[in-house]
Amino acid sequence: MKILVAVKRVVDYNVKIRVKPDQSGVELANVKMSMNPFDEIAVEEAVRLKEAGTATEVVAVSIGPAQSLDTIRTALAMGADRGILIKTEDAPEPLAIAKMLKSIAEEEKPDLVILGKQAIDDDSNQTGQMLAALTGWGQGTFAYKIAPSEGKVSVTREVDGGLQTVELNLPAVVTTDLRLNEPRYASLPNIMKAKKKPVAEKTPEELGVDTAKRLEVLKTEEPAGRVAGVKVASVDELIEKLKTEAGVL
Amino acid sequence: MTTLLLAEHDNATLSGETAKALTAAKALGAEVHVLVVGETVSAVAEAASKLDGAAKVLTAEGGHLAHRLAEPTAALIVALAEAYDAFVAPATTTGKNVMPRVAALLDVMQVSEVMAVEAPDTFKRPIYAGNAVQTVRSTDAKKVLTIRTSGFDAAGEGGSAAIEAVSATAGDPGVSSFVSEELAKSERPDLSSAKIVVSGGRALGSDEKFKEVIVPLAEKLNAAIGASRAAVDAGYAPNDWQVGQTGKIVAPELYIACGISGAIQHLAGMKDSKVIVAINKDEEAPIFQVADYGLVGDIFTLVPELTEKL
Repeated sequence: MKILVAVKRVVDYNVKIRVKPDQSGVELANVKMSMNPFDEIAVEEAVRLKEAGTATEVVAVSIGPAQSLDTIRTALAMGADRGILIKTEDAPEPLAIAKMLKSIAEEEKPDLVILGKQAIDDDSNQTGQMLAALTGWGQGTFAYKIAPSEGKVSVTREVDGGLQTVELNLPAVVTTDLRLNEPRYASLPNIMKAKKKPVAEKTPEELGVDTAKRLEVLKTEEPAGRVAGVKVASVDELIEKLKTEAGVL
Repeated sequence: MTTLLLAEHDNATLSGETAKALTAAKALGAEVHVLVVGETVSAVAEAASKLDGAAKVLTAEGGHLAHRLAEPTAALIVALAEAYDAFVAPATTTGKNVMPRVAALLDVMQVSEVMAVEAPDTFKRPIYAGNAVQTVRSTDAKKVLTIRTSGFDAAGEGGSAAIEAVSATAGDPGVSSFVSEELAKSERPDLSSAKIVVSGGRALGSDEKFKEVIVPLAEKLNAAIGASRAAVDAGYAPNDWQVGQTGKIVAPELYIACGISGAIQHLAGMKDSKVIVAINKDEEAPIFQVADYGLVGDIFTLVPELTEKL
């Protein structure tokens, strides 16, 4: 089976972001960027399926600025076979991303598309579901376990209250949750090898996708702050404060 | 102008998330119809009809809808779409699974995790794990929204909306099927709607200690139990207890964090709580920066002492 994996370049998980003073957005200049953590899990899962002999080829796609090539190289170093970079000026919305991925899927004809369940920058949690809608494929979102078999894939999903297992016809779209696997670190030899793996470049225009924004961002603000309270010295003082001052007991 | 709200339920009981999402749906200014999708949902529809602000309750019943899988549920909503201008669901795992599929089928860009309705087309939503808040205006003719319910009060009762069955035959694409479910059975209140939440972190060190230290306090307070990602990853607590950016977002009256350091991803899930108590042996732990009351010390002695003295 052939697997397509979508990877996004985002502000690194450990960076504490800052809102620009003019409220026009979040400060991205000179900030460390990395692959979206959920997408790392997606790449890892695809590579494991290849190592297990289930998958024959893993193709990593990234949509974004030219530097998204680094994100693809990371996926290649982890074990993906080749990359596709769709270069865009600014960050398209999930709907446009899903349309571009659909166009790539029509060309590549994968059996499975694996994506992170959400990107940790805009926290939209939409792209996988939208891709499944546009292709008419089944969707296994928030995956905890993936088990492909002949023509089908069984996906155990993290849902409110526990786990749910669904079976999907292939091709299908799966989005990853945190506990699906623990992604590997790419080794130095593999990072070197990844530089020789092929990466094709495309544009939204070539794919015939209109990336005009549907959501107009009016402003970006700091969330309402929370000020640190007081330290109490004992359990008795804590109970006293909760009863009289906070009134929550 | 009518708004369609997808009810959250388990075929037997209407979830409290629905009443909160209804408050958000009403803020759009149009009449709200509540859609109950499932298998034999009369009790749920009955409960929904009593919500203040539900103008009509629609039921769609069928075996293929029993688990509200995204493919048939989205197809059903799209079949009803012509009569509606806005589609709303609480941002539960069902809402997050179904609504983007609806949005794409309608060629609409969804607004995820709406925390405030500024105008019928303008919404506030969190980005970067809630470390920034964006105000966005949707230019699509139809709106598709998921609601972060911790930001809205529950709609009251007192309504008596008519209940109407709609055709549930809208083509199930037939590409997915339900296999099984393992839902945690709990005597505790639901994490998303509990008034008090007691949460444990990695400092607990084991599954046994988590049960021994956290559970009695939760029982004493009739609280829901939460956990940090670290505690869940370490296997001390089940995944549906995880509070944080990618787990549950909670805003109880009282949140007691025991042995949780307070990574930004965890804070994103609980910082809207009314009162936060942190008990941690590291006085530099970031959790103290958001806590109203901090107690520095050993959780293995302080938490049982708190349980004892309450």
